[in-house]
Amino acid sequence: MVTRDDYRIDEKPTWCSGCGDYGILNALTYALVEHAIAPHELMIVTGIGCGSKLPQYMRVNGMHTLHGRPWPVAQGAKLANHAMRVVIVHGDGDGYGEGLGHFVHAVRRNPGITELVQNNLIYGLTKGQFSPTSEKGWKTSTSPEGSTEAPTQPLALAITHGATFVGRGYPGELKHLRWLIGEALEHPGYALVDILQPCVTFNKPRAYDYYGERVYKLEDEEGYDPGNRTAAWERAQEWGDRIPIGVFYRATPGPTFEALDPVLKEGPPLVKRPLEKLTSAQVESLLAELQ
Amino acid sequence: MIANDITVRIGGEAGMGLESSGAGFAKALVRGGLHIFGVPDFYSRIRGGHNFFTLRAAHDPLYSIADPVHLLLALDMETIRRHISDIVPGGAVVFDSKDALPNDLQRDDVLFIPAALTQLARDIGGLELMRNTLALGIAAGLLEFDLSTMEGIIRDNFARKGEEVVTSNLNVIRAGAELAAPYRADYPFRLHAVPDAPQRIMLNGTQAFSMGALAGGCRFVSGYPMTPGSPVLVWFAQNGAHYGAVAKHVEDEISAINMAIGAAVMGARTLVPTSGGGYALMVEATGFAGMSETPVVIYNAQRPGPATGLPTRTLQADLLFMLHAAQDEFPRMILAPGTLEEAFHLGWQAFNMAERYQTPVMVLSDQYLADAFRSLEADALDFDAVALDRGALLTNADLDALTERYKRYQITKSGISPRALPGHPNAIWVTESNEHDEYPRIVESAQNRSDQHSKRMRKAVPMAEDVPAPTWYGPEDAPLTLVCWGSTYGPAREAVDRLNAQEAGAANLLHFSGLEPFPPTAEAELRKAHKTVVVEGNYTGQMEFLIRARTGISLDGHVRRFDGRPFRPEFILAGLQEA
Ligand SMILES: Cc1ncc(C[n+]2csc(CCOP(=O)(O)OP(=O)(O)O)c2C)c(N)n1
Ligand code: SF4
Ligand SMILES: [Mg+2]
Repeated sequence: MVTRDDYRIDEKPTWCSGCGDYGILNALTYALVEHAIAPHELMIVTGIGCGSKLPQYMRVNGMHTLHGRPWPVAQGAKLANHAMRVVIVHGDGDGYGEGLGHFVHAVRRNPGITELVQNNLIYGLTKGQFSPTSEKGWKTSTSPEGSTEAPTQPLALAITHGATFVGRGYPGELKHLRWLIGEALEHPGYALVDILQPCVTFNKPRAYDYYGERVYKLEDEEGYDPGNRTAAWERAQEWGDRIPIGVFYRATPGPTFEALDPVLKEGPPLVKRPLEKLTSAQVESLLAELQ
Repeated sequence: MIANDITVRIGGEAGMGLESSGAGFAKALVRGGLHIFGVPDFYSRIRGGHNFFTLRAAHDPLYSIADPVHLLLALDMETIRRHISDIVPGGAVVFDSKDALPNDLQRDDVLFIPAALTQLARDIGGLELMRNTLALGIAAGLLEFDLSTMEGIIRDNFARKGEEVVTSNLNVIRAGAELAAPYRADYPFRLHAVPDAPQRIMLNGTQAFSMGALAGGCRFVSGYPMTPGSPVLVWFAQNGAHYGAVAKHVEDEISAINMAIGAAVMGARTLVPTSGGGYALMVEATGFAGMSETPVVIYNAQRPGPATGLPTRTLQADLLFMLHAAQDEFPRMILAPGTLEEAFHLGWQAFNMAERYQTPVMVLSDQYLADAFRSLEADALDFDAVALDRGALLTNADLDALTERYKRYQITKSGISPRALPGHPNAIWVTESNEHDEYPRIVESAQNRSDQHSKRMRKAVPMAEDVPAPTWYGPEDAPLTLVCWGSTYGPAREAVDRLNAQEAGAANLLHFSGLEPFPPTAEAELRKAHKTVVVEGNYTGQMEFLIRARTGISLDGHVRRFDGRPFRPEFILAGLQEA
């Protein structure tokens, strides 16, 4: 049995008190325990930012990589050992800025990976510059007159590129977030959970007070069908007086990136296969091409 | 009759199928018992331009092409315009008689053979594209090379396309040979097949390195196409699955190397093939591999830059870039194969080095080495010598016995920390990009930084003992020593041979295939030399700079080339007059 203690480590997070990342850490740990995933069966791959330090605050395998690059690292890890659970965790600057290209390409491939985004609409670790999800007009140290750019639409982008599980959570609704992460972990293909993560230090106007009044659950919304892709795409871009959380879109995924690979579709994970010299028959077949 | 060391050149526009024709002819010569050296010279375009394939054949092993051309197969007038001056007296030019030969291209000492290449190809073979085959038939006829060997290649190459295609190609090549017969008396050069020669192989640097990498346990290749590095990616995409190697063409080079790092942490032996511009995008992640102590092999087939540069040409100008790529310092190994045999050996050894020292290993090739074909003895690629050494890798039993928290970045005397692969309940850790302590936790103290940085840097000491030492070729104690690295070895070797043929004991060669860590024996070897001349393919003398920086030795002269074309013995010998 997997317990919370399995994930406990004597390490104090360096996050500000009140930061939404605590709730995400908490919800993720609970979801992992609930779904009986042990720390050694899991690899959490993160980028660089406040929230990306998360694997340091759990007893878990992790790769704390480069700003914007957790997807390729995670996909490489999954291809090399597809028996391992792989979860990507990153911030909005990381994922929707520096790494937006990797994000779209990862979605297209449908790797068996779960992605959680600490989306605080700001650059936290570099002290409060506007991010690719900041609203137009947002004033920060690098946008003193207000950002002139339209925010990225990551959920709609994921739906457009073929993602079959697209959700949004909020640490102010902790039980819901736990459930949502659990659903994403059980999804047999790529799954995205974008999380409204309050940054209480650099983005006070988009913290608990703001979201508390606006957030509503799609699960409670009468007539909302998460199987309807067009409706999901539209709902994914709703923002303002009402902000939806929950499962926007869910469908049966096709085979994963790793399952489609000619080498990996059968047999044990790549790294579990013995690493041996080529046999003489293999050498002969290589040399035959050269004669 | 001169029946040895003949160069045939076939030239035309891109899209005429020159490369496959050239390679087919080369293969026929090898099957006929001759040694060959073949170099494609191509423009970076799909149609038009001027492409040519130079094929040199001889009884003894060849290490380079040479300038003189004995037979020019010109599929267009541009080919004659560009290469007429390379033809030796007595040589021949075969050209399409649909074009009139302009007066200014005529030479009295050259035999011009007009042939209705396009029309005959269409009439006999049904396809204009078969004019190459026709031209090769003429070549075989003129040189008296065994036509049945040529026919064997045609059967092998076209069997997939059906009997009809095979037959029409055979008809075309036979027609070519017949066409040549009346000219043979006026043409002095011959390439006779060598009876009872051993069966040999023919390959290029791309194939040699790819096979070495595969033999060395490479099981994960991620890349993004960029000439001339992408042929390695293509090789693995086409052959890898058969041998259990995953190959992925991904969205960009940044993704390629980060994917490789992710796979390497999990335990796969990984390779990223690219060229300089693609490597430029891999720089940040090279540092991540250095910091996280992740083994990864980076293959850079160099081409001229900066920026897009000359995509299909050759150069050796990324040495100092690779040496210093990424912020701060970390140990790395740079290997630069000079021959196909070295490309194979360093190909597998790179993966051992990467795992032994848990750091990036860079293999510097270039367009010339990657694309040039050579014949080798059948056993020249020594697969038996391959040994797989995974370094300080902990076994499952080691991990079962672990009673304390695993320290991925344990401080050791050698700097090498025992490495676990993720998945064992006793070894749970985070691969770290931030500075870290042994576990690793993110720690910013000055003491910890010094300890961990020194630990990483200490690995360079055993690495220096392991990096290939420079090797000598030629007579000891010669008054002149050529110094080279990477693919320049071949032409420099022939330049040395020619100098020694003129005057015994005149010159030798010191060749570097390991450049970082700088081989500790290099200084003593260089001090044995009298006059030293560095031959290298860049403007500033990067290797010369490196030798001075590492040993304090100033070399006496240099021959440099940076026009994107490979060195030839003649170029080096001419350069030595001024060096
Ligand atoms: C290549 C690169 N560029 C810039 C940085 C500096 N940097 C570190 S974190 C960060 C932004 C973090 O924002 P976000 O990803 O939203 O994470 P948060 O801190 O908000 O959780 C930046 C720009 C870096 N580490 N690497
Ligand atoms: S700066 Fe913002 S995101 Fe970073 S720890 Fe503090 S509250 Fe969290
Ligand atoms: Mg952020």
